[in-house]
Amino acid sequence: MSGFGVVALAAQLLLVVAGAPLLTGVMRQVRARMEGRAGAGVLQPWRDVRKLLRKEPITPAGSGPAFRTAPLVLVVTGLLVAALLPLAAVTTPAASHGDLIVVVALLALGTVTLALAGLDTGTAFGGMGASREMTIAALVEPTILLSVLALSIPAGSTGLATIVAGRIDEPARLASPSSLLALVALAVVTIAEAGRLPVDNPSTHLELTMVHEAMVLEYAGPDLALVEFGAQLRLTVLLGLLATLAVPWGIATTSSWPALLLALVLLAVKVTVLGAGLAAAEVFWAKVRLFRVPELLAGSFLLALLAVTASYFLSGA
Amino acid sequence: MNQPLFTQFLDLACGAFLLAAVMVLWFRELSAIVRVFALQGVALAGIGVLLGIRQHHWVLVGVAVGIGALRAGLLPYLMRRALERSGQQRESEPLVNVAASLLLAAVLTLLAYASAQPLVALEPGPAAEAIPVGFAVVLIGFFTLITRRRAVAQMVGFLLLDNGITAVALLATSGVPLILELGVSFDLLLAVLVLQLLALRIQAAFGGTDLDTMRELRD
Repeated sequence: MSGFGVVALAAQLLLVVAGAPLLTGVMRQVRARMEGRAGAGVLQPWRDVRKLLRKEPITPAGSGPAFRTAPLVLVVTGLLVAALLPLAAVTTPAASHGDLIVVVALLALGTVTLALAGLDTGTAFGGMGASREMTIAALVEPTILLSVLALSIPAGSTGLATIVAGRIDEPARLASPSSLLALVALAVVTIAEAGRLPVDNPSTHLELTMVHEAMVLEYAGPDLALVEFGAQLRLTVLLGLLATLAVPWGIATTSSWPALLLALVLLAVKVTVLGAGLAAAEVFWAKVRLFRVPELLAGSFLLALLAVTASYFLSGA
Repeated sequence: MNQPLFTQFLDLACGAFLLAAVMVLWFRELSAIVRVFALQGVALAGIGVLLGIRQHHWVLVGVAVGIGALRAGLLPYLMRRALERSGQQRESEPLVNVAASLLLAAVLTLLAYASAQPLVALEPGPAAEAIPVGFAVVLIGFFTLITRRRAVAQMVGFLLLDNGITAVALLATSGVPLILELGVSFDLLLAVLVLQLLALRIQAAFGGTDLDTMRELRD
């Protein structure tokens, strides 16, 4: 525990919290420009938050504690994950506790709470969205755990800081088939978990397609702001995790201030590039039918399983 | 080429080889399946070239280049032509749905890994340890051959099977003699030409290559 670690942790958290809505803004802007629209500007999500926070909170009649606490739990789990990931430095006091299995469990906790909130409202849409979300979550969870296992085999630990430090020290691990397959599997489940396009369309309100939106339909005012912020936080954190594992260069492994500054700048660049790439790809993708989603996720499960087996039967993996 | 670099590249080529076999099961669109099959041919040629460079065995490099030209160039070209002539059937329509066949592919890979253990134990080394990949592709090829309805998809299954056998031969014994490889390649080419012709005849006679709806054979 050192002053450096605490400052690094605070800087990382601050960057993620301030950057999450901006990332969404950038992604919307990229989409808008590619579709030939002017777009609302990168700052629009922050303006939305400000607008929503001024409004009166309304809860539907008959809804219980699950509905009221879900936005808080969602945001808190997102923040915890943001603190646990070694996004900027591997020596922060929280990063040493950042076990990948804990991270996955925290993300799942957020998903389950939101699904419970969707059920709590008692509306048809809420229940439908919750059941869809749980179907997807049940398929996503084993894939994440398997790909994590594949990444943790060469490092000999599921601690994220150890995995990332190992990948920086031995760049050969990055290009091994096992790691590549695991990263592709992780990318697919990231998209599913964040509710992005081929699985869920975040910008529609059509009963046939929506998953995430159906669950949060009843939220209004500050609660809605929290839910939206929670979703943005999840996306940022998941993209950050992917960037940290795929291109770990630049993350500070020592306690030096210039390295930390560089790491923060690089983190912002990496996540923005990933997000912009995802947004650009989304312009060309159509949402897959809900019945095809299990196919997509079974494919990524297979990739994760191949990643684990490949690390056994290919000697250099 | 030094040892770690060789291992790294060989593993990468084997990983791409296995991944391509899985993608064949994953995709529905027949033209995408043919594209993936061509990529697998490139990976297979890569395995051969790497082994040849490693052992300074230049004939093997030549054979590998030939394998690449046949399996990544000529065969996909023939299949694409068969696909274009056969008209509108673009989906592969598996008997087992895609999610289940992907999970079965996982089981087949584990089975290949388990059953190849005695072979690997004979002489452990980076090439021998990749043999299960070849076995897995053979099994996945069999599975594709059994469960796909369209003639082109079945052709790809048959060729996957052969790619797997070639990969096992390359990895286990650094390739069969040149003359044998040539014989196998010509056999393969002939088989694809005959299958292509057969598919076109079926198409002309029955208006589709869905083999399940065939009730009788006529000339």
